[in-house]
Amino acid sequence: MSDTDRVLPEHPPVTDWVHDFDHTDPRWTENPFPIWDELRAVSPVVHTDRFLGCYLPTTYEAVKQIAYDTEHFSSRRVVVRDERPEVQRNAAPPITSDPPEHKPAKQLLLPPFTPDAMKKLEPRVRAICNELIDEFIAAGRCDAAARYAKYIPVRAIAHMLGIPESDSDLFIHWIHQILELGIKDERQLKQAVEEMTAYFAGHIEARKAKPTDDLISTLMQAKDKTGQPLDDSHVLGSLRLLLIAGIDTTWSAIGSSLWHLARTPADRERLVREPGLMPTAVEELLRAYSPVTMAREVMKETSIAGCPIKAGKMVLLSFPAANRDPAVFPDADKVVIDRKENRHAAFGLGIHRCVGSNLARMEMTVALEEWLKRIPEFRLDPAGKVTWSEGTVRGPRQLPVLFGKQA
Amino acid sequence: MGKLKIHVDQDKCQGHARCKSLAPELFELDEFGNAHEVGDGTVPEGLEDKAWLAQTNCPEIAIEVTEE
Ligand code: SF4
Repeated sequence: MSDTDRVLPEHPPVTDWVHDFDHTDPRWTENPFPIWDELRAVSPVVHTDRFLGCYLPTTYEAVKQIAYDTEHFSSRRVVVRDERPEVQRNAAPPITSDPPEHKPAKQLLLPPFTPDAMKKLEPRVRAICNELIDEFIAAGRCDAAARYAKYIPVRAIAHMLGIPESDSDLFIHWIHQILELGIKDERQLKQAVEEMTAYFAGHIEARKAKPTDDLISTLMQAKDKTGQPLDDSHVLGSLRLLLIAGIDTTWSAIGSSLWHLARTPADRERLVREPGLMPTAVEELLRAYSPVTMAREVMKETSIAGCPIKAGKMVLLSFPAANRDPAVFPDADKVVIDRKENRHAAFGLGIHRCVGSNLARMEMTVALEEWLKRIPEFRLDPAGKVTWSEGTVRGPRQLPVLFGKQA
Repeated sequence: MGKLKIHVDQDKCQGHARCKSLAPELFELDEFGNAHEVGDGTVPEGLEDKAWLAQTNCPEIAIEVTEE
């Protein structure tokens, strides 16, 4: 059998979540919350033989311990998949970097993403939101995930990188191949990464001839600590990261927020009445529907919360499950839009804190504000179906809603 | 109640910027988005609640609040 038609593991339906969980099982995709509760009640760390062996910490404390422990847990693989192909150098720094390479790689990306930098970008994001709403508001209905949430982050990051916003559909296609289809199909992953790399290589060449002042140029002009410019593979890796990480994460967060507001009239009406609640509401929606689950690879045997952890396996580092831990968040399963104490971990903990967290917060806030201004009343379309993404990032992919009050 | 003093532990801070958004009077961010306290960290009267709020929302537990 050749390498390309290797048979990938089967994924039979899960019958024993505690010993055989699968984060790609349709029940998990549809509604993971009761599953996490069930697992947390049994153990702070559970294990499955699927995905060549994988652990899942279920409590905030266990997630935190792993996130802080860069000695035993490596970021060189950040997605739990059926295979463990060879590790690529500069895959997507700094998210795939470990200390000591991590810090300098991350520091390059931090200045363009500070809260002040995001303030400058905000007017463009407001305009994008309104351009999108213009396209469907007259119809009195839309798919709020596919027509709205999806395009806000992709167009914002394209704007920052200095690549055409009109290429958005291409980027979305690659992301789908990498983060969803790629979990079980190595070829799709490779193909998307190759296309993406070629795309950015073209932009890098163009800027060598004619420099610009966007984020691609910023990376190209950056120097490492020895004063040398980054090699092209590092620049390409970081560009891949920004595109991959910048898109369906925030798309999912905006989509989940609109899903919540569509089915929770009390919260929606309150936010319309008291727009000053938006900051706490955004944090609470981030906590309750955290979109991102990262992964780590176990490099050395250790134990977490008393559970033995063996080298060579993967860890599904579920920040979303941590954020639902009732030991840390009273009424963890309730969305409390004016929650005051909210030390949530939606953007990760420790050195891999999401570089784009300030961007994501700004995009979520603006997306919800502009939507609620123009569409204060909306509800799920009973004739449609809400569907959810599979894998690393969780959010609605179809979210049909009707505008206006219920007749 | 004595005066409150805040301090950001630079080893722990990861630049989540929660403190700055909750208590802009008390925290500043550097060019990388990491936080430090304004001045010597003494919390002016009337801003005590904001200091506690920032403390309880920092995901890295990087903010220390002490009472003098
Ligand atoms: S909230 Fe905590 S981690 Fe974030 S910038 Fe402030 S002190 Fe640093």
